[in-house]
Amino acid sequence: MDVNEKAKQLLEAGTVQAVAGFQTGTRGVRRPVFLRRAEDTGRMVFDPGCRQNLAQYATRTPVKRLGRLALTLRPSGIRALLQLMAERQIQEPDVLALAVDPDGQVTELATAEAMEAHLALTADPIPAEDQALMDRLDRMTRAERWAFWRNELSRCIKCYACRSSCPMCYCGQCTMDCNRPQWVPPPSHGLGNLEYHMVRAMHLAGRCVRCGDCGRACPVGIPIHLLTFHTEAAVQAQFGQRAGASAKLDYALSTFRPDDQETFIR
Amino acid sequence: MANLYQLSSTSLDALFAALRADGRRILAPTDRDGHSELNPVQTPADVARDCMQTTLSAKGAVFPKVEQLLGYRLAPGQVQLADPERRAEPTVLFGIRPCEAAGFQALDAVFNWDTRDAFFNARMANLAVIAMSCTRSDEACFCTSVGGGPGATGGSDILLTPTAGGYLAEVLSDRGRAIQALAPELFSPAPADAHKADLLAQVPVAFDQPALTAKLPALFDSPLWEEQSLRCLGCGACAFVCPTCVCFDIQEEGDKQGGRRLRTWDACGFSQFTLHASGHNPRPTQAARWRQRVYHKFSIYPDRYGQLGCVGCGKCTRACPVDMNLREHLLQASQAQR
Repeated sequence: MDVNEKAKQLLEAGTVQAVAGFQTGTRGVRRPVFLRRAEDTGRMVFDPGCRQNLAQYATRTPVKRLGRLALTLRPSGIRALLQLMAERQIQEPDVLALAVDPDGQVTELATAEAMEAHLALTADPIPAEDQALMDRLDRMTRAERWAFWRNELSRCIKCYACRSSCPMCYCGQCTMDCNRPQWVPPPSHGLGNLEYHMVRAMHLAGRCVRCGDCGRACPVGIPIHLLTFHTEAAVQAQFGQRAGASAKLDYALSTFRPDDQETFIR
Repeated sequence: MANLYQLSSTSLDALFAALRADGRRILAPTDRDGHSELNPVQTPADVARDCMQTTLSAKGAVFPKVEQLLGYRLAPGQVQLADPERRAEPTVLFGIRPCEAAGFQALDAVFNWDTRDAFFNARMANLAVIAMSCTRSDEACFCTSVGGGPGATGGSDILLTPTAGGYLAEVLSDRGRAIQALAPELFSPAPADAHKADLLAQVPVAFDQPALTAKLPALFDSPLWEEQSLRCLGCGACAFVCPTCVCFDIQEEGDKQGGRRLRTWDACGFSQFTLHASGHNPRPTQAARWRQRVYHKFSIYPDRYGQLGCVGCGKCTRACPVDMNLREHLLQASQAQR
């Protein structure tokens, strides 16, 4: 069953009240659409051009208000839903994940368990182009890497598209916007940009689901997703835990256990 | 037309050299690091080929993303204020599109509405625009629906239109004539059979703007805005790439010894933009903020300044991570029953 047939079936049966999917927009780009009526379902698409992680809408009030939501998702989207469940931002019954395989067939993943099982069997590699740039960055000296990011971040205009597009950036009020007290300078000068992106990278350490939406959203083309890819990989290497692997995940960087093997924590 | 000339394609080298010899910085579209953006250039070879539009607009040349408005030093019992050095380098914007050139008029409407903005005006006074007519357009473009066009001259000092062997050059203002006077030998009379209109992109009119402007007040409570904004992420990409979006924030940065006051770009799409100190937010939803964006450009601007706050460049549409297509949304509003 393809995305249109599945959406029609789900809406007709009343299993969900809305389906988040993609349709073709300006210049052929794929953009999100929220369908609420079975008769509107014919024009959905799901192909390699559908890159956006629709899980990001699962925490948005106007979308939540539509009712139970089905979402057509790539692996990173499923991962995001699980991570959102682990962080208690959504609950299993709120959403219905629709995994779409490369030939367009849809599999319903109705439970967190089904989503976990699906992910365990699905390859979700870092895109080759990103991996190549990450490897290049790893080979740089610290000074070269600093120069690379300084040059890239000098383009930042602080439109916050990276934050707004991130499925894991769901805070109602972001620390970046806090002005009593003001933790981070809002202007997009050198310090303001650097502090913002450092905070974002650290805040997503071990939480990034590697969808790459932040980098794609950046209007000036900064490969900003590589920072969170990197911090996610570091947490995975240190703690053996990947973001969104399960709906019951203790966040590695904020979990305290009396029986922790490290002595410093006691 | 008396002000119509032709320039050979090779004459741009000499024109750039003459501008630089006159002490002017030339900003033009470049492909630096694979990004389409305005940068200082030395020669025409530095200018990006086939750049339809840069991502960011040319407004940064007169309204930078961050600028210092004042500085101060604190000493016991006294405050020393200091005006920052106004950096208004003589600048020529080369190769921007007619829509962006028109954008300066919309910026001017706000920056000189009541108080005359010294920072903006200092840069505008030192700016000349050599724009380039459009020979192609895309689905995001709608200049012809908002009073512009692929060869519109408003806001340009010289407008170049590409021809087979060079450019038609319209010299449109005193500033344009001053540039012409730097290298008059490059400007030869245009051939009698030169028809600019034949060289331009075709941009069909998408909607009836005066009718839309007249209709908007009645659409304030329409469900349209919530429907359109459902996918909106609430970032500021549209506002920051926009050649006419003028909203800014004032920030203080300082310590016990002194500090500075900065002006930075701000965006009506941000949830904090209208947040009051009381905690009340008159635009509490993205739908209200999206509606404001449309109304500011198509209802409030005409009402207050007698001009539109949109030039139809389509930059917002191209920059939007979720393809909030302004042309399409305005067309929907034009067709909406309620």
